[in-house]
Amino acid sequence: MIAQNIAFGVIAATMVGAAIRLVTTQNVVRAALFLVLVLAGAAAQFLLLSADFVAIVQVLVYIGAIVVLFLFGIMLTRAPIGRDVGLDNEQRWLAALVGALLLGVIVYVTNDAFGSDKINFGRIASAGHTTPSIAVSIFQSYVVPFEVVSVLLLAALVGSIVVARRD
Amino acid sequence: MYLNQFLFLSAFLFATGVYGVLARRNGVLVLMSIELILTAVNINLVAFSAFHNNIAGQVFALFVIAVAAAEVGVGLAIVLLIYRNKQSIDLTDVDVMKG
Repeated sequence: MIAQNIAFGVIAATMVGAAIRLVTTQNVVRAALFLVLVLAGAAAQFLLLSADFVAIVQVLVYIGAIVVLFLFGIMLTRAPIGRDVGLDNEQRWLAALVGALLLGVIVYVTNDAFGSDKINFGRIASAGHTTPSIAVSIFQSYVVPFEVVSVLLLAALVGSIVVARRD
Repeated sequence: MYLNQFLFLSAFLFATGVYGVLARRNGVLVLMSIELILTAVNINLVAFSAFHNNIAGQVFALFVIAVAAAEVGVGLAIVLLIYRNKQSIDLTDVDVMKG
């Protein structure tokens, strides 16, 4: 349990630092790389929570596909690769205030509701791999949402081609 | 491990993402901040899945990942269209609906 807590602390510190740099850096490409760091940290946290399938999907879909999409977006909009002043607008301090207030409220409420709750890893470890139970859950309880998500992905694919096509 | 440590991490990522959405003027960076918010949600879902020992949370996290992929595709297409029409992706310039 000590080792898990140390791992959590290291990964969480990396994620916090990368998230702050992601929203403050003046370099768009670097922001994409900090996003990779945050997403990889999230995948590692999923592994700590013994959610192996979600962690793999996170790496495949987010880091493998979405970040590449972002890099294409950066290149196609011809953002300057180096430093670019003026990536932030003038309501920065108001935004920081809103973010701090949100953080305060969420931390207070979750601490109030789940202050002393612990995750029981013994029970999770006895369940073994999560992939079979996720498959059973998706194809029994959530088969309609699953099909809807497939249609949504198709619609988004066709829609983005129609929107972005030059004609 | 406490459930709270995951919830606090997720709350921090969420607040950072909200700050990014509000404070950035580059359209691609706003989309990246939205990804930060969705990642925070996923951490919450998986943490509660482990807490309740119920696989449904992980299934919902997978759905969120799929919807996020669709959202990024459409969002980047819109940003490309804005770039093509205005030669810039500065969102403070996109104010045709301002009264």
